[in-house]
Amino acid sequence: MSTAEITAAPAGRHGEQPAGARAAARPGALRSWLRLLGSELRLIFRRVRNLALLGVLVVLPLVLGIALWVATPRGGGGPESSFIDQLAGNGIFLSLIALTIMLTLVLPLAVAVVSGDSIAGEAGYGTLRYLLTVPAGRTRLLSVKYAAIVVFALVSCLLVAAVSLILGVVLFPVGPVTLLSGNTVSLADGLLRLLYVTLYVAAAMSALGAIGLAASTLTEHAIGAIAAIMVLAVASEVADNVPQFAVVQPYLPTHWWLSFDSLLRSPIATGDLVHGLLSFAVYAVIFGSIAWARFTSADVTS
Amino acid sequence: MSAVGEVSAGAATAVSGAAPAIATTGLTKRFRGGQLAVDDLGLVVPRGAVYGFLGPNGSGKTTTIRMLLGLVHPTQGGHQLLGVPMPNGSADVLPKVGSLVEGPAFYPQLSGRANLARIDAADRTADPFTAEERITAALERVGLIAARKKHYRAYSLGMKQRLAIAASLLQPRELIILDEPTNGLDPQGTREVRGLIREIATGGVTVLVSSHLLAEVEQICSHVGVMRTGRLVFQGTLEELRARGVARIEVRTTEVERAAEMFGKLGLADVRTSAGEVSAQLADQAPERICRELVYADIPVAGLSTPNPNLEDLFVGLTGEGFDVDG
Repeated sequence: MSTAEITAAPAGRHGEQPAGARAAARPGALRSWLRLLGSELRLIFRRVRNLALLGVLVVLPLVLGIALWVATPRGGGGPESSFIDQLAGNGIFLSLIALTIMLTLVLPLAVAVVSGDSIAGEAGYGTLRYLLTVPAGRTRLLSVKYAAIVVFALVSCLLVAAVSLILGVVLFPVGPVTLLSGNTVSLADGLLRLLYVTLYVAAAMSALGAIGLAASTLTEHAIGAIAAIMVLAVASEVADNVPQFAVVQPYLPTHWWLSFDSLLRSPIATGDLVHGLLSFAVYAVIFGSIAWARFTSADVTS
Repeated sequence: MSAVGEVSAGAATAVSGAAPAIATTGLTKRFRGGQLAVDDLGLVVPRGAVYGFLGPNGSGKTTTIRMLLGLVHPTQGGHQLLGVPMPNGSADVLPKVGSLVEGPAFYPQLSGRANLARIDAADRTADPFTAEERITAALERVGLIAARKKHYRAYSLGMKQRLAIAASLLQPRELIILDEPTNGLDPQGTREVRGLIREIATGGVTVLVSSHLLAEVEQICSHVGVMRTGRLVFQGTLEELRARGVARIEVRTTEVERAAEMFGKLGLADVRTSAGEVSAQLADQAPERICRELVYADIPVAGLSTPNPNLEDLFVGLTGEGFDVDG
């Protein structure tokens, strides 16, 4: 964008009004924001493509669980250090195995599809220009889009965890949970830790969603944005496994995704968790800002 | 933006006292490729007008409309809608402006009704409790109530166009901007849309309707602006446009050669002959005198007329012929 274009649109980034400027005559700003979010979520969760993705998130853990059940020697167990070894002794480990495996490809793919489509899809349909002339407000629309991505990421992770937990309970014994550090906690404590793990993974996926949102503001072709996010995620995972990249590895977007295993130790090793959550927050803020800067200043010619 | 005030002062306003519905000053857009799409535009649309925004494809009409609605940022210049400076006032003024920009665009997997509900949900000024009612009313107004549950992808082009107009009617509006609302429609659909625009305008709503075909909007417009290669080459009432036309005289006669000769003798310019008819520019000559001269010269006059200047000719004269898009 040329400097002339920037100076021509000086105040308030495309006419966003301070919240509440006309509040008296309008339904509450929060209520109308939630109404738009509701509309956005209906659009996402009723779309056949997205439902198919969620279907994959349900079916793969089921296949995985059954395959492990067939392969696991019954009656074994004991305090060991990997999830799969633990599974024979406790079904809730199926959730952790499923989340770990789904994190390598399928969960990022689901989030990439929804976030990459968020703005680019509207631009592709041409509906973006109608939303903006309503006017939905550029900043407001972007915030609703990101909130919907976060909800989708959360639902995806909860779905994987819930389905595999149910199957794990059905196929494997359930009881007090032996942690990776060797000590045993109650089943309730174990389930709470599983919930934390799920939320941690959802946070990781939300950070990826922010990257997707930014990519989505750069193009009118949703498929381009989706591909860009997947390439980035896969490249990051590859780099994270090449020792020569050790210096940059902590800064890679995918580096902390699997750090949730510290939630399964007692006491919880918070160091890695905090690093991870901090990394997600930084990615979300940086790419959220890129998305905002781009989206509020761009010419909509689609 | 004091400059805008100057423009509105000089403009012929249909409703006296009110700021024009649209006023632009020096509105200019140069795209990143360097292409000058809109060049120093001074558009003035008086309140209550039906403004025909004309120009060939590629003359900058759509870019202008996108700038009016705040979708595209001008490189230079600015504008007001309903007296409110844009784009800073967009949150306040755009709820009063309905628009159709470059064709209809909706979610193909949703029904017509669900698509309108989506648009309404995006409007922070819309009351969710009256949404159902307003959506039904808008669908009724464009005659889509029977097709409300049909998927948008199954709509015909005319239905899509009408749904877009319905979306612009979800709220009471003071200004409606319709970009090529009859594009791609059959004559029947064109007439329907024209009737709809007329009906909207009778309610006192200002309408700006763009078209590349003068004939499509001529019957409904009070004002006309003509664009050519990003510049406004004419702006005024339809009568003012007609007044710019060159009056001609047409004479039907069996003696075409001699009549043409007489026209030449009388000093009429641009004499054209065809089978059984001679025509020329009337300039300031009285048609009855020409008639008398013809009759005295014993040239049979089977008919004589001074037709209204042809608007289409004027339009083509202003914008250039055919595919001439001037880069």
